[in-house]
Amino acid sequence: MDDDIRAREAAMLVDIEGRLQGFEKERKNLIPMLQMIQERHAYLLPDAIQLVADALELALCEVYGVATFYNQFRFHPPGKHHMKVCLGTACHVRGGDIILENFERKLGIGHGETTPDREFSIERVACVGCCALAPVVIVDETAHGHVAPSKVEGLILGFQIEKEKQAREKRARGNQKNGS
Amino acid sequence: MAPNNKANPEEAFTPIREKALAKRKTLENASSPVIHIGMATCGIASGALETKAAFEEALAERNMEARIHSVGCIGHCYAEPVVIIENPGFPAILYHQVTPGKARMLVKSFLEKGDPLFEYLMGAMVENDMIPQVWDFPRFNMEKRLVMEKCGQVDPEEIEDYVSFGGYSALVKALQSSPEIIIEEVKAAGLRGRGGAGFPTGLKWALAASVFKRAEGKEKTVICNADEGDPGAYMDRTILESNPHQVLEGIMICAHAVGAQHAIVYVRAEYPLAVKMVTRAIFQAEETGLLGNHILGSPLSLKIEVFQGSGAFVCGEETALIQSMEGRRGMPTYRPPFPVQKGLWGQPTVINNVKTFATVPSLMARGAERFREIGTEKSPGTAIFSVVGNVRHAGLVEIPMGVDLRTLVFDTCGGIPNKKAFKAVQIGGPSGGCLPSDFLDTPIDFDSLIEAGAMMGSGGMVVMDEDTCMVDVARYFLDFTQKESCGKCTFCRIGTHHLLEILVRITKGEGREGDLEILETLSEDIKAGSLCGLGKTAPNPVLTSLKYFRDEYEAHIKEKRCPACMCRDLTAFYIDLDKCARGCDACVGCCPVEAIFTTRNRKKGVDQTLCVKCGECVTACPPEYDAVVKVSPPNLAPVVERPAE
Repeated sequence: MDDDIRAREAAMLVDIEGRLQGFEKERKNLIPMLQMIQERHAYLLPDAIQLVADALELALCEVYGVATFYNQFRFHPPGKHHMKVCLGTACHVRGGDIILENFERKLGIGHGETTPDREFSIERVACVGCCALAPVVIVDETAHGHVAPSKVEGLILGFQIEKEKQAREKRARGNQKNGS
Repeated sequence: MAPNNKANPEEAFTPIREKALAKRKTLENASSPVIHIGMATCGIASGALETKAAFEEALAERNMEARIHSVGCIGHCYAEPVVIIENPGFPAILYHQVTPGKARMLVKSFLEKGDPLFEYLMGAMVENDMIPQVWDFPRFNMEKRLVMEKCGQVDPEEIEDYVSFGGYSALVKALQSSPEIIIEEVKAAGLRGRGGAGFPTGLKWALAASVFKRAEGKEKTVICNADEGDPGAYMDRTILESNPHQVLEGIMICAHAVGAQHAIVYVRAEYPLAVKMVTRAIFQAEETGLLGNHILGSPLSLKIEVFQGSGAFVCGEETALIQSMEGRRGMPTYRPPFPVQKGLWGQPTVINNVKTFATVPSLMARGAERFREIGTEKSPGTAIFSVVGNVRHAGLVEIPMGVDLRTLVFDTCGGIPNKKAFKAVQIGGPSGGCLPSDFLDTPIDFDSLIEAGAMMGSGGMVVMDEDTCMVDVARYFLDFTQKESCGKCTFCRIGTHHLLEILVRITKGEGREGDLEILETLSEDIKAGSLCGLGKTAPNPVLTSLKYFRDEYEAHIKEKRCPACMCRDLTAFYIDLDKCARGCDACVGCCPVEAIFTTRNRKKGVDQTLCVKCGECVTACPPEYDAVVKVSPPNLAPVVERPAE
């Protein structure tokens, strides 16, 4: 599993290095470069930040300073299912923090973290702009409005059932193959 | 396109307009029905994509023809997904909350059999003698749409749609007159920047034009500020998603007036749909010949680019925005020099908000005099608010300046739901203030709101009912500004942190005598010691709530009690054993932490050590029992022993 992740990261770096050559070597391209990396790979891994620093001939700390300043950039790989809990004003007034707490408790991780199996991750966002549906949670690009603590459990349970089902089907297929 | 100075912009534009009008006419004359679906972010979040798929599927099943027209947002978020159906033989009808199931019903009953399903419709869009009109509802007729007039009517992905509704005519008009006349017109109209501070736009442009004229050979830039970071406000996003061409038109008129050749739209990357719509709109404008060299044969040459901001609240401040475009941390710099003199890359730059640019075309089309008819003497025009929170008809509202808060909250937006009482309204986001019911008669304009202690801000408005704790709201906003402070000025960086610490302590029931005085003096110090708008306004939520809701702060500190029962450390839930029904298990299953147990006489009790105070049991308890009670301070809750296993 670890080798698998390492191989994937190496492939990511090759991809990033290739794409960075498409940018002009100008300071104004720093943020667009970081955005490109995050868009393609969902997070900024440390070696990628080094690549950007090299490409623009900037100090690593300078690039890191810019990247950490903005909310958009993530430094941890998100999980397979990414939960964005909205904590905008309207969601706060209607109990968004209770929802966030429920996710954290259920998954055993804090916001900004990913479960060890990289299945789930939680992020708190400032406002997703559908305040009339507050409190809102965005799970894998689908917005869920009027979320209640019991709905949180339902969401996570749904994913777990789905996963078990897939595992069962995989086993069943494997057995079939072995049998024939 | 070769420069052709002889060509008249009007003549060059006529074929474009005629083509668009002809296209619209053929579509309107088609005998098949048209289904308009609102497909902005809020619509999609409420399930507009599923609704659209359901319409397509149901139509295909029946082999029926209908044109599905994706439009932007009409601003009625509470009613999303909104669908307008034009069925020949009927007036255009607006349906609200159209789920996939309703969509299938509508195709079956309305499009096939001609029954408009009265139980699902909200009203008709035009006058008729069959169905009541939506314009009779206060939420519709009390608005004055100047900027958002075409939002929800035009397809944001089709430039021809915008042109056929009269779009780009203001640009053509502007190109025929000299820059000086345009600036005079904007000045005469008294347009003030809609970004929050309310600086007169005409003055800014006049200054820019004079600086730009002297700056021969320098790159002059117009920047459209769409870095909307205010939690709970989404006007800029909706405008860009629903009608990007109107913003582009405004930018073009500005570029012509001040003499710039280069424009940049700075949009948050968190608004992927807005980025997509603007990029597409720029591409279409270029293809049509409305952007590029010698636009419509006039001397104006303009290139517009999109820059994606990475999400930092402070980047709404113009100098910080420029820093971030130069690839640095978004930290504000000292003014003067103002960006007009020394902006992006040290070159002269004009920065205006999305809403300012979006107002310009309608201002030019109406003329200064008729523009002044709307709004007040000192703040002409309209204001757009995103009204959210505990209010019935939440969404985007565009009203003339000068309307009072009471009208906006109670008449236009339908008031407070669930029979709760109004407590306060928070205007202007993290920089604004909370106004209590005494201020409901304050007219909404730049100056009156500042006088009351709040500010116009970008236009976020949160309505709060009696169950909202003002201390907690102040804490929430401080939590936000403290995180978003860029760290340049010590008072803002450390001061907001301390304010937050004190507020957190108060909401936890650990407030001390003298805390309120520290909050006040510290707030004043932060205001005085900060460079940019963020620090200067960050203490506003604290100061206004302290001024108008001091008794709530005192209850937290002295009695360790939260009057609104919202601060979780100061409240407790218990089950009234007289009301609780024997044998009912409704609350047990819903509790996420299994804090509810069964007592010896088969009623329920709450284990206070486990309870996380989420309030789920209140919702779960059947209304005929209504046995769950919330109290503050927590020691008021009677102790119920958990029976031994």
